[in-house]
Amino acid sequence: MFFMIVATLFPLTLTPEMSRLRDAAPGVLWIGALLSSLLALEFLFRDDAVDGTLEQFALSGQSLTWMLFAKTCTHWLLTGLPLALTAPIAAAALGVSFEAMGGVVASLLLGSFAMSLVGAIGAGLTLGARRGGVLLSLLTLPLAVPILIFGARATQLAIGGGDIAPPMYLLGAIAVLGLTLAPLAAAAAVRIGLE
Amino acid sequence: MLTVQGVHLWRGDRHVLRGVSFDGGAGKCVLLTGKNGAGKTTLIRAIAGLLDPEEGQVFWRGTPARSRRDEFHAELAYLGHEPPLKGDLSARENLKYSIGIRRAVTTAEIDAALTRTGAITFADRAVRMLSAGQRRRVALAGVVLSNAVLWLLDEPTTNLDADGQQLVRDLISEHLARAGLVVAAVHHSLPLPAEQLITLELGPS
Repeated sequence: MFFMIVATLFPLTLTPEMSRLRDAAPGVLWIGALLSSLLALEFLFRDDAVDGTLEQFALSGQSLTWMLFAKTCTHWLLTGLPLALTAPIAAAALGVSFEAMGGVVASLLLGSFAMSLVGAIGAGLTLGARRGGVLLSLLTLPLAVPILIFGARATQLAIGGGDIAPPMYLLGAIAVLGLTLAPLAAAAAVRIGLE
Repeated sequence: MLTVQGVHLWRGDRHVLRGVSFDGGAGKCVLLTGKNGAGKTTLIRAIAGLLDPEEGQVFWRGTPARSRRDEFHAELAYLGHEPPLKGDLSARENLKYSIGIRRAVTTAEIDAALTRTGAITFADRAVRMLSAGQRRRVALAGVVLSNAVLWLLDEPTTNLDADGQQLVRDLISEHLARAGLVVAAVHHSLPLPAEQLITLELGPS
């Protein structure tokens, strides 16, 4: 929702020339995606921590790593996936051609998944903090910058009709790294956060 | 079965637990008493592994609980101050979800546990519509359903009426009769046979 608002408000404030809008599209789409991911991340573990279910997860005798991984995937299905699927509407408002939509959606799908994984670590670390939202953004942003750079590059290439494979491979590499390490780090961070 | 050995724990600059030790076997109830802030909750959380003691260790069946954490947790049921329930789900759904993580559970088992704790009449209502006492009864049904050997109960009678307090005492007695072990933080002593009771007065901090 936040992503759609940001992305559709931009054309109203910029020049109405389609070519200019198209140039700004990768930046607008990706910054909108990053900020809306950060907003949603705050709620990844917080409700479970408040009502005590996270403690019960930690004491269930099952692997906390796998449970948090499942939670992160569910979180992405409810936030990242709808974001990527609604991106063509926002992209169309920015003058992106129909042919480029596949690349825009693919890069946002992969990028938002990587962002959820990386953000899970920050969400775990800020569990115990009172105004955790700001801290979470500060912790997650530096880790999310590579995703932003390669994602925006992939979108830019898609719009320009170029080959999006190289930045997509790099995004994929970040996602694989996140898949391997983030659930372990998030579980360790949550255990600390529960203390 | 459960051995707590010389546990020291600080919360900030307060030295809350000062070398707490006890040995709890099957069929025993360890009562943690003491004033507010004496460290009852801290000790229960340290036993559960939610807090790391600065010194000392918790042993379960002879091995350090931390080294075999998942096996230890599979045998443990923890009920803290707040019943761990999701407000938007009904009591029945909550138990299906929370116990389902630990083991396969049938609707009949859930209903039997809810009947035992007197929560069956409001089993289909959303938990956020229930009173604090009713929520506690649902959470107690979860403890019964967990099939855990070790029960860690933090003020289990909070918010309960006289019937509910009797229910907690009965549930503990039944669990001890099944060779279970209970560690409970309480304000009032429980009327259990002296040979089953280990009372631990936690000192002022």
